[in-house]
Amino acid sequence: MFRLEVRPSTPAWFNLALPLLAIAATLVLCSGLIALAGAGVFESYGVMFTASLGDSYAITETLVRAAPMIFTGLAVAVAFRAKFWNIGAEGQLLAGAVASCFVGAIPMPGPLAMLSMAIAGAAAGAAVALVPATLRVKFKVDDVVSSLLLNSVIYYALMALIEGPWKDSFSGYPISPPIEDSANFPVLIEGTRLHLGVIVALIAAPLIWFLIVRTTLGFRIRVTGENPEAARYGGIHVERVLISTALLSGALAGLAGVGEVGGVHFQVMSDISPGYGYSGIVVAMLARLNPLGVVPAAVFLAAVMTGAEAMSRATGVPAFLSDVIQGTALLAMLVALLFTAYRIRRVGAVP
Amino acid sequence: MPAPLIEMRGITKSFGAVKANEAVDLSVAPGEILGLLGENGAGKTTLMNVLFGAYAPDAGEILIQGQQVRIASSADALAAGIGMVHQHFHLAPRLTVLENLLIGIPGKSGRIDRAGGLARLVEIGRQHGLTLDPDLPVSALSVGEQQRLEIVKALFRGAKLLILDEPTAVLAPSEVDGLFSALRSMAAQGLGIIFISHKLNEVRALTHRCTVLRHGRVAGRVDDPANTTSAAMAELMCGHEIVPPSRGPSTPGQAVLTLDGISTAKHAGTALRDISLAVRAGEILGVAGVSGNGQRALAEVISGVRAPDAGRMTIAGQNVSRFSPREVQALGLGRIPEDRMTTGLVTNLPLADSMVLPRIGSSTFSAKGLLKPDAIRAFAEEQIKAYDIRCPGPMTRAGALSGGNLQKALLARELAFDPKVLIVSQPTRGLDIGAARFIHEKFLDMRAKGCGIVVIGEDLEELLVLCDRIAVMYEGRIAGTLDSANATVARLGLLMTGAEGKA
Repeated sequence: MFRLEVRPSTPAWFNLALPLLAIAATLVLCSGLIALAGAGVFESYGVMFTASLGDSYAITETLVRAAPMIFTGLAVAVAFRAKFWNIGAEGQLLAGAVASCFVGAIPMPGPLAMLSMAIAGAAAGAAVALVPATLRVKFKVDDVVSSLLLNSVIYYALMALIEGPWKDSFSGYPISPPIEDSANFPVLIEGTRLHLGVIVALIAAPLIWFLIVRTTLGFRIRVTGENPEAARYGGIHVERVLISTALLSGALAGLAGVGEVGGVHFQVMSDISPGYGYSGIVVAMLARLNPLGVVPAAVFLAAVMTGAEAMSRATGVPAFLSDVIQGTALLAMLVALLFTAYRIRRVGAVP
Repeated sequence: MPAPLIEMRGITKSFGAVKANEAVDLSVAPGEILGLLGENGAGKTTLMNVLFGAYAPDAGEILIQGQQVRIASSADALAAGIGMVHQHFHLAPRLTVLENLLIGIPGKSGRIDRAGGLARLVEIGRQHGLTLDPDLPVSALSVGEQQRLEIVKALFRGAKLLILDEPTAVLAPSEVDGLFSALRSMAAQGLGIIFISHKLNEVRALTHRCTVLRHGRVAGRVDDPANTTSAAMAELMCGHEIVPPSRGPSTPGQAVLTLDGISTAKHAGTALRDISLAVRAGEILGVAGVSGNGQRALAEVISGVRAPDAGRMTIAGQNVSRFSPREVQALGLGRIPEDRMTTGLVTNLPLADSMVLPRIGSSTFSAKGLLKPDAIRAFAEEQIKAYDIRCPGPMTRAGALSGGNLQKALLARELAFDPKVLIVSQPTRGLDIGAARFIHEKFLDMRAKGCGIVVIGEDLEELLVLCDRIAVMYEGRIAGTLDSANATVARLGLLMTGAEGKA
């Protein structure tokens, strides 16, 4: 018989081993689906790997996809550290995209346009995140529910915008007018889509890590998340910390939208985000809420997404497999997290 | 003497290099109440976990009514007639009393036997004075009633031996009497009871025999606890004589903390009504009372966590009635909360974080919004050494420390900055004699340094030893204030029940 026993302390190497274990378990579990679809497991994973990380162009494509998930992953990681349950990164991303698209369409010199887009997008994301945070602080409304439902509100507001005032009167497509050419983020490597926003995302991760680990705000966020009562008694203004966390989290998610508008699509359409906000939750959990871990976790999910399309073309396995892999990875990680607090012991077999 | 109900022989259990139990023998006869004594870490909990099936012993055997048994799980223990009431209850708060009772009980052909359960609940209640409203949700029960439900649950499952792990730590004095009469009634019907406690006067009042553990071994047995002094038992537990701290004379200075007509609205718990108190420098003021008479609100108001709705509070002459926790702290208020785990420390973060929590914004630990990790670590290391806090280091998860060490950590954190006023609630609850003694000495040191200290507590003996004056709270008011010199447990007890007016 086996039994879970409380673990007195968690070894440090678990932080790295657990996500890897979760990913390995995910790939094993999903290989069953591939086999079911009638394709070779190794061949399929092989195609996925080559198409996402096999050559330098593939790597840049994966990084471009990883950038928004780095931002939403950071947004979720920061929020979850304070136990502000922000499930609304998707809506905050969309709000950031709309705001930056609006600003980007105003003719200005390039650098100024990009900076304005970033500020507007971050502010819009922060404003959206402020809603569930205020509801929680003032009226004790459950933030999981309010932030999640707000995603639909923002999505349909965006739809109303592109079906209404922004609708392309010439073609009739529900897409926004494009931003000014000068506002397009510069491409860093000729012939790829690797844009400036990707670098910003890669820099943001260590900055947020520094904020969490080395600043008093980060300390207050951590303490508030772990024990709000002790924080309050210790002189921390818990409500203020929650609001600050929400603003920061929303701003980061908003920046994900800015990058998509300025670096990838140059306009807003209904499918500007294939659920990057929700993927941010998976990323943050795989990273164990560590901002530095967010980068590899986001790259992994991005590789799965780019790889799945190529695999679908080559082997006929539906590209939906990437969604299954994401969901399974989250579940596997949640199970793996159990082992930070518990260990399995064999009991009973003693004569 | 009847044959033992339960006998443990030569129980040995190691965790790594630590021998938590070594060749421990213990037996309980039917109808006997056995006291199990020992300091924190002496191995009481490990021994009971072996008996209850949570750990497999490395060596030794367990006999129930002369038959050797193997207990590999709590299900085995329950089947063998062993029931345990843990310090932390295992109840489902949203379910009713009756539903909690029936959890895990196989019903008739897949249906829950509510009528049968109800009948047994009423019967057990009548037999031992353990009455409970079957339809009330557990969340509506007081702590004492929840404990009663845990005991009824054990009896319902047919326990012949009941283990209680520090059952009185969570009870008010009046509830303790009820518990004791129920336990006596159960013993009279032939149940065996193992009673774990630090409170020697309770052990002397209740138990028939005691087994004392020290460093995992049996240090001695007491055959007649009622006629053995607490000092003798304490010596068995600690291995050396325990001298109670002596409170020398002091010359109190000016009032450092005053409350004048403080009242609060009923929010959570009892409201305060027109509280006036003054604590002078170099004085220890006790606040006695049955728990739930406004002590919590009083501590919260003084700590700045809750603003009073009426009245005036001053610290060092300054009006602080509307100050935040951070502001009163900056004026020199130190605070040791009632509940170390929920309002004191952050159990999931390193100990060092908890130790600097109230002063993280000060220039010692941060500058311009950036932390000084080296200073934080050095401070924690220094305090760990100074207070002999047993832990692997400042980066250990705070939750991994024992209660006594956590209390020392909190004390270190508050005393390191020489507070002018110290407010402490239940400073030694759940601590063993050695740790409690250490805490008391620190309070007396602070008193000698001119700190004004407020000790909120329920243990009257402790308050009488420690305090210069004792105020008694009853239903949110101060029922009276006595000088320790002419206070007795009896007089304080009368005030606590509201029987005596202004003294």
